[in-house]
Amino acid sequence: MEWTSYLAPLLEGAWVTVQITIYSTILGAILAFACGIGKLSPNILIKSVSVAYIEIFRGTSLLVQLFWLYFALPLVGQAIGIDLRFPPVVVGVAALGLNIGSYGAEVVRGAIQSVAHEQYEAAKALNFTPRQTLWRISLPQAIPEMMPTFGNLAVQNLKDTALVSLISLSDLAFRAEHIRNYTQDSTTVYTLVLFMYFGMALVLMALMKWLERFVGRWRAAGR
Amino acid sequence: MSEPIIKFDKVVKRFGDLTVLDELDFQVEQGEKVTIIGPSGSGKSTVLRVLMTLEKINEGVVYIGGEPLWHESRNGKLHEASEAHLRKMRNQMGMVFQQFNLFPHMTVLRNLTEAPVRVLGMSKADVRQRGEELLDLVGLSDQKDKYPHQLSGGQQQRVGIARALAMRPRIMLFDEPTSALDPELVGEVLNVIRRLAKEHDLTMLLVTHEMHFAQQISDRVCFFDKGKIKEQGTPEELFKAPKEARTQEFLKAVLNPD
Repeated sequence: MEWTSYLAPLLEGAWVTVQITIYSTILGAILAFACGIGKLSPNILIKSVSVAYIEIFRGTSLLVQLFWLYFALPLVGQAIGIDLRFPPVVVGVAALGLNIGSYGAEVVRGAIQSVAHEQYEAAKALNFTPRQTLWRISLPQAIPEMMPTFGNLAVQNLKDTALVSLISLSDLAFRAEHIRNYTQDSTTVYTLVLFMYFGMALVLMALMKWLERFVGRWRAAGR
Repeated sequence: MSEPIIKFDKVVKRFGDLTVLDELDFQVEQGEKVTIIGPSGSGKSTVLRVLMTLEKINEGVVYIGGEPLWHESRNGKLHEASEAHLRKMRNQMGMVFQQFNLFPHMTVLRNLTEAPVRVLGMSKADVRQRGEELLDLVGLSDQKDKYPHQLSGGQQQRVGIARALAMRPRIMLFDEPTSALDPELVGEVLNVIRRLAKEHDLTMLLVTHEMHFAQQISDRVCFFDKGKIKEQGTPEELFKAPKEARTQEFLKAVLNPD
């Protein structure tokens, strides 16, 4: 079999990987902002939920989270009489998003806290509400600070998607495994897959770099 | 005599064991231009920061226009002020910071317009026009679309003054507005403040080390030492004929540093 004949199924798998990466990164970003900001909330309930989420998902393995959501959660649901069986793609996106979100939340919290204390004083002197101060003063300054780490996390997330093949999602890793079992041509298959992941990572990095420049464009003005 | 616009009544402020304001009694009349001088750690900046509600007080009462700043009276008793009360009171004051504290992610004009639009709910068109007038006043009309980091320190501080004025405060607080500036940029900022000082209704409270400037613009100069007013009077009285030994010593040190 020609190596080119592997391309079509591998690309199909790569497309699944791309979609899972995009959805889970978006979910992760939403969770990161919600819980990163939540961890700084004066409201004890919001703060506790955020801290609990961050610690649980940072402190356990992604693979275990994936298996738990896929295999254990439906049984928990059965026990309490709710249908908690979800399609693999939902579980995959959820596990990846929850995992990356917990790391992202710490980045968001750290960046918000790194905004100069004087900025908060100026905001107070101009009588901005705490909410306005967060959205209009501190977040716009904090987001450019988050971007380099977010870029790393997004690439990390892309690579972690390979784990979803273990819950029978036909992503790039799953397809590769399939073709290898069939052809025994490990070298060719895995080399192709290596380059495909690398190519996707390059595109993702370029995208994050552009985003970084976009959200921090005021910093570059006139320089 | 009418009610003073600012009144400190036996105000105590402590940072841990350190007493920064020590049963301070202090009054400012409507429209008065008052300069506070004194050695560092004498509590001069704390007076401004307490007024701007950036620092809580431990004891005593601060009145703005006869109304307690840090307290609310309910059933004839004073209780700690709610955030709503503080918000209402804060609108009467504007502050200019030593380090300018402009918002780095906003253009110069946006620094001026953001708060009037978001906080006071004024129309964007009105605020923009007012913002441009204020930039004209501080001589920076041509810089309105730049970002703060593109300006010199003196220009940034002039934006800082315009930003505070955009909220139409009754009281302007200047916290060492020229201390962070290179010497050749001090003049342009002082000129703007000097121009403001001609406005009759605006009450100005200024902490500064520019003694000559204080002498020119102030109706009254207060010498602070150890959290209290050690001596106060017209610039003439205080600079030319200080009575207290401590004042003489301080003035001698700052006016003739050699």
